[in-house]
Amino acid sequence: MNGYVGTPTSRVDGRAKVTGAAKYAGEFAADGLLHGFIVDATVPRGRITRLDTSDALKVKGVVDVLTHTHRVALADKDEAWKDEVAPEKGSPFRPLYDDRVKFNGQPIALVIAEDWETAKFAATRVRVEYEQEAFATDLETERGTSAKVDQPHKPRGDAAAALAGAAVRHEADYVLPTEHHNPMELYATTAVWDGSGSLTVYDKTQGVQNVHKYLCGVFDMKPEDIRVVSPYVGGAFGSGLRPQHQVVLATLAALALKRSVRVVLTRQQMYGLGYRPMTIERVALGAKSDGTLDAVTHEAIAVTSRYEDFSRNDTGWAEQLYKSPNSRLSHKLVHLDVATPCDMRAPGAATGVCALECAMDELAVALKLDPIELRLKCYSDRDQSEDLPFSSKQLRECYARGAEAFGWARRNPAPRAMRDGKDLVGWGMATGVWEALQMPVAVRIVLTANGHAEVSCAASDIGTGTYTIMAQVAADALGLPIGNIDVKLADSTLPQAPVEGGSWMAASSAHAVLGAAEDIRQELARLAKAIPDSPLGGLNASEMVLVDGTISKAGDKSRAVAIADAMRHGKLERIEKQKLNQFAEDKSHARNTHSAVFAEVKVDEELGVIRVTRVVSAVAAGRILNTKTGRSQIMGSVVWGIGMALHEETVMDHRFGRIMNANIGEYHIPVNADIHDIDVIFVDEPDDRINKLGVKGLGEIGIVGVPAAIANAVYHATGKRVRHFPITLDKLLG
Amino acid sequence: MNNFQYSRANDVADVIRLLAADPGAKLIAGGTNLIDLMKENVERPSRLIDISRLPLRNVEETPDQGLRIGALVPNSDLAYHPLIEQRYPLLASAILAGASAQLRNMASVGGNLMQRTRCAYFYDTTTPCNKREPGSGCSAIDGLNRNHAILGASNSCIATNPSDMSVALAALGALVHIAGPTGERTIALTDFHRIPGDKPHVDTNLSTGEIITAIGLPPRGFARNYSYLKIRDRLSYAFALVSVAAALELEGNAISEARLALGGVAHKPWRRLEAEAALRGQAATPDHFGRAADLLLEGAVAGSHNGFKLELARRAVVRTLMQAASGTPQSQAHKKIA
Repeated sequence: MNGYVGTPTSRVDGRAKVTGAAKYAGEFAADGLLHGFIVDATVPRGRITRLDTSDALKVKGVVDVLTHTHRVALADKDEAWKDEVAPEKGSPFRPLYDDRVKFNGQPIALVIAEDWETAKFAATRVRVEYEQEAFATDLETERGTSAKVDQPHKPRGDAAAALAGAAVRHEADYVLPTEHHNPMELYATTAVWDGSGSLTVYDKTQGVQNVHKYLCGVFDMKPEDIRVVSPYVGGAFGSGLRPQHQVVLATLAALALKRSVRVVLTRQQMYGLGYRPMTIERVALGAKSDGTLDAVTHEAIAVTSRYEDFSRNDTGWAEQLYKSPNSRLSHKLVHLDVATPCDMRAPGAATGVCALECAMDELAVALKLDPIELRLKCYSDRDQSEDLPFSSKQLRECYARGAEAFGWARRNPAPRAMRDGKDLVGWGMATGVWEALQMPVAVRIVLTANGHAEVSCAASDIGTGTYTIMAQVAADALGLPIGNIDVKLADSTLPQAPVEGGSWMAASSAHAVLGAAEDIRQELARLAKAIPDSPLGGLNASEMVLVDGTISKAGDKSRAVAIADAMRHGKLERIEKQKLNQFAEDKSHARNTHSAVFAEVKVDEELGVIRVTRVVSAVAAGRILNTKTGRSQIMGSVVWGIGMALHEETVMDHRFGRIMNANIGEYHIPVNADIHDIDVIFVDEPDDRINKLGVKGLGEIGIVGVPAAIANAVYHATGKRVRHFPITLDKLLG
Repeated sequence: MNNFQYSRANDVADVIRLLAADPGAKLIAGGTNLIDLMKENVERPSRLIDISRLPLRNVEETPDQGLRIGALVPNSDLAYHPLIEQRYPLLASAILAGASAQLRNMASVGGNLMQRTRCAYFYDTTTPCNKREPGSGCSAIDGLNRNHAILGASNSCIATNPSDMSVALAALGALVHIAGPTGERTIALTDFHRIPGDKPHVDTNLSTGEIITAIGLPPRGFARNYSYLKIRDRLSYAFALVSVAAALELEGNAISEARLALGGVAHKPWRRLEAEAALRGQAATPDHFGRAADLLLEGAVAGSHNGFKLELARRAVVRTLMQAASGTPQSQAHKKIA
């Protein structure tokens, strides 16, 4: 299979996006559309004692104000509220369900008006009184109340004893703050009432079928009475994996009023959704004097809400990266009066690997070893948690290629030894690791006799390029030009797909396309052979390929039948095939992506100003389906990693239990002026075990390791080790 | 946002009449700060008086070789005005250090002087704030005050003025021309903004019913030796942790005239004549600049999270004066603090 796969193909939806033709959830029109505006709780914990909507209802243009005492029925069992991404343990949040306030910013009423401005104005007229209760929102003061989470990682050996006896030891706390996703597109839902009781729900989500099932459960509706559509998503990064408040509220209002309703969150209200939970990561490493590891312990203490236990794998990554006979890993949660955290790009790894890789850098300093040399000495060819080999692991090659491109050999190992004029120069590196997951996905292909194919699937494209890679794979598999492929996504009535997340969609959707295309090929082979005096006569289907609009003998284009001819002879205008692709279970190998990240910082020490002047990210992630969108994924991740290292932090005033920088003016992410050279290298990593195409996925790997590489570079530049992220200038001056 | 009345003014007299008729009215030009505050229900004007069509968009030379800048000149137009670029590059540089290109295109010069603090508590109507709600208390004093004032603050308020442009104007000795019900008056820019004292809700000495009509610049522009240095948490689109406007006149290596103002550290651009006087007649050396910084920062007090600003401000003053003295001003376009 050769052609589009593996090339820098431009986005097939690019033109629609830049011209505005691509419609997002908050842009769909409907007759008589009403607009909802959410009223949020202003206390972190308590009970609503009075919710007076009378003044709001008097505002001209206001149609209704929905509250927990004034709404249609909502499911009363947790099962209905548990979407496919909900934490196993806990009771999901239910908007407008009762008088309980569980977090500051919780939606407590929905004002519905003929226009958005009126709804927003009337929302200020809703009077709320609370019976406040004692609350806690500060992880650092509450860390003593943490409770252990069950994790798959079993202790190996006796890490405590090994640490105690280690020739060289490093132990420290690394603190990663709460971060919010801040996708450009605001969360929005347009729930369109069709007049007879059924709804089309345009929603910003990473999984239309997840939202569909959830809404059916929450509102006790028949599957055929609700359809969820989300053709384009303006960034989500994990925040759209679970159904969010606005889809419940828009649907609630549409059902209550029997009219179409749109609800769009404000930027401030986006901070009432999920987030990357703050973690305190305690890492201890014990090494022999030769630089091999004897013990690894990693304990993460993370925030969750009082009503759900959200946790991800922060601590398990050393098991894949570094050989150590003794290991103890644990994850603890502190329950606070905040909203439940959620997945955010490389959940667990972005924070946990940051701590691990800073600790490895500190260990390298203690051992007087080059950071890469230490990592090579500890290199693990097996996933130690399950004692499995990897399906592929070209991490050594990442170190080598990255180091070469970066010029690592010219690094003076001593801190404060490299300068550029007045600036201190620091070179740091870190390893990245993520999982290569794959999920069942179904695809339908409809091939028409004019040589066009429609490829459809319920999967979302959250901006990652799913439309494009599915078109590439389909074009190659069907032997058609990419312009003849029309990809339809993110409609709950289309063939099954899970949420788009975890970096699994590229591999999963690509193989689903292959599965359906194979059935098309078989059908065409049958038709072509049936033609009288067929040039393919006597061949088995397995000897035929689809190429250049024909079905032909593999390697012999002279024996070919045009697809159109095969279908005409078979009297078929269209061939429709739908197939669910399930990956065969294979527990014999671990599957991971890896990266080596190199960062250069220049520090104006007098003023504490840090610039990240160069980043080289060498990534091993199997076959790269599209080197252009893939490179964009990694570059975007590196920018985000720079933000994690230097800028991003959700700041809460714990006296009020309230986020104080809930806007993108004060919640700092890097701006263009902060970004310099970023070099992305894809290391060849053939992997014929993981799946047919050898695809692993790129969504998360690009961010993992970046903040640690920068923190390590800052240490190398200044001799100062900042373990409390982000590394703002006051921490360097202090 | 509240409902409000809207009036369009055609000339200054119109504005004064409309202001007198409605004490709850606010003037709107670019609206880059006021609209935000209205969305947050911090500002709840009964009426917006649209002054954007007033004939106050000219930059004119005055008989004394200074400039008169109309209050409605957009920040961008001012920064790129040939007379400003050539004669007052400190002002151009400070403007370009502020906000984003889009905001500078909208924001007016008068509006820039009137912009309000970005203290998070001022913006969040659920928390106490003396500036927003007199007598309710200051949440920042014992709260998140990393970017709050170290100079001229009070027990009622530790907010800072967010403007970059004003810092340069303070250093340049700019004047503010004001019209009101009793006629016209002119005050020094350094007297325009207040320190909070026990009335933090009053940002400026502009009286009720008055409008800024123009900014006056004295002839001295310090076009050879100047620099505006803004230290912040990212290189663009962030408010200053500390900013410095420095301007020198040199005779050889001796300082004949010096101007120095700080931003991001007080309720107003912070200028102290003693610091400048101490530089006159001295050689342009880091030691002398350090002494001037100490004088400028005299009386500075750290809060619980902004102690770093004291040393940062001192170092930034020295650096900016060095940039000014060497004729290598800080670029606002390069991705680098020089």
